[in-house]
Amino acid sequence: MSPTIAVVGAALAGLSAARALRDQSFDGRIVVIGDEVHAPYDRPPLSKEFLAGTASLDDIGLGAPDDEELGLEWRLGTTAVGLDRVSRSVLLSDGSEVRADGVVLATGARARRLPGSEGLGGVHVLRSLDDAIALREDLASASRLVVIGAGFIGAEVASTARKLGLEVTVVEAMPVPLAGPLGAEMGAVCAELHADHGTRLLTGSGVAGLVGTGRVEAVELTDGTRLPADVVVVGIGAIPNIEWLADSGVALGNGVLTDARGVTNIPGVVAVGDCAAAWSVSAERHVRIEHWTHALEQPATAVATLLGAEGAVPASVPYFWSDQYGARIQFAGSRREDDVARVVEGSCAERSFLVVYERDDVPVAVLGMNQPRLFTRWRRQLRSAVPAPS
Amino acid sequence: MIPVCLTTALPPGEATRIEAEEPIAVFNVDGDFYAIDDTCTHQDASLADGWLDGCSVECPLHASCFDLRTGKVSGPPAKTPVRTHRVVVQDGMVYVQPGITADGAA
Repeated sequence: MSPTIAVVGAALAGLSAARALRDQSFDGRIVVIGDEVHAPYDRPPLSKEFLAGTASLDDIGLGAPDDEELGLEWRLGTTAVGLDRVSRSVLLSDGSEVRADGVVLATGARARRLPGSEGLGGVHVLRSLDDAIALREDLASASRLVVIGAGFIGAEVASTARKLGLEVTVVEAMPVPLAGPLGAEMGAVCAELHADHGTRLLTGSGVAGLVGTGRVEAVELTDGTRLPADVVVVGIGAIPNIEWLADSGVALGNGVLTDARGVTNIPGVVAVGDCAAAWSVSAERHVRIEHWTHALEQPATAVATLLGAEGAVPASVPYFWSDQYGARIQFAGSRREDDVARVVEGSCAERSFLVVYERDDVPVAVLGMNQPRLFTRWRRQLRSAVPAPS
Repeated sequence: MIPVCLTTALPPGEATRIEAEEPIAVFNVDGDFYAIDDTCTHQDASLADGWLDGCSVECPLHASCFDLRTGKVSGPPAKTPVRTHRVVVQDGMVYVQPGITADGAA
């Protein structure tokens, strides 16, 4: 009997894993399990073109014409509820199970919700296609939007809503937005885009709660300020979807714990994408990465181990981007708190610049705004400078 | 034929953009020249600004990959191929023939 590999998760990481299996000449059965009813789609446009109504569902589908040839067995609209480590079976919400010789965990992450916001109309998170459809419908009849959280999702939603003509206020608990990924100095520079485009940004502002019965009417801040709102979007991060593995024996932390290749503590089980926290040689700890490019590229390494290859981990440089207010923000590398940011091209005031982060005078990360060509060169240079992990 | 540049002006691993009816990106892959539509089919970005890796170029914005030889998408999120254009090298000069694909079809 030909072997079966179950891929749990039908978004970018799961689809990439399935494609990589075929690329690597696996000709057995591949079952792809997805809790959403939709075929794989691209998430980045959900906060931008799809939300604005300029991209259709068809536009954002991840399927390619050649995918038919992959011969995948889809189990969409079915949630995985458990994993039996002994029989290596994935238990599904409809009571059935998929027995497999190898399992790829690619269940992703879900948006963190604001406690106390359950059941209140007009309050949204944005992670899935259905989230985006619901938000788009709600924005169509709204005039005031409050976004809680000035991270990339929050900033992109604010940008799209401004374009749709809404009055937008972004509330951020930290003194500077994006200080985590970009550092305080450059986070502040990128956050200036809000004011440039008429979005009000309130930093260092805690949310005390939401006001309204049945439907949200305002966001109340800890200093007592009430921000009237027809719609509220909560963009305060994501939580890995790993609870279903609690009794499986798979080692869990802030994600499914794996080695640098994506291999878990259970033989024949690997984890990829947003649900996985892989060992980072450079950081000397498990790191969960939520970048699109990571979900695209990492599965090839993980599935190679399922097929018995002792493949080395390819050198890669973390990379992400954000499109907001017409500006293209791109970041690559691994930044630490005490790295020094230096503008090497353009200027922050012109909203067109390239910044290099240096540690002991060595470039370790790069940030570009509206500098795709130069940024790509730097990104390439960073990769060539990364020693292959041993 | 549209003159692009001297072969020496476009070293291996480099790309340049020329204006035509639609902008065209010309690449030098280890001495072989390829030309494709410059604008990514996913979103407005110049592929000449992208990351050249073998015979594949990665869009500088959203990482879509295209095969320079065929124009086919080799990595998401793009789904539509780019057109290829025939490249002619003559007397140390690179030319592009827009409207004629790399494999010679009009």
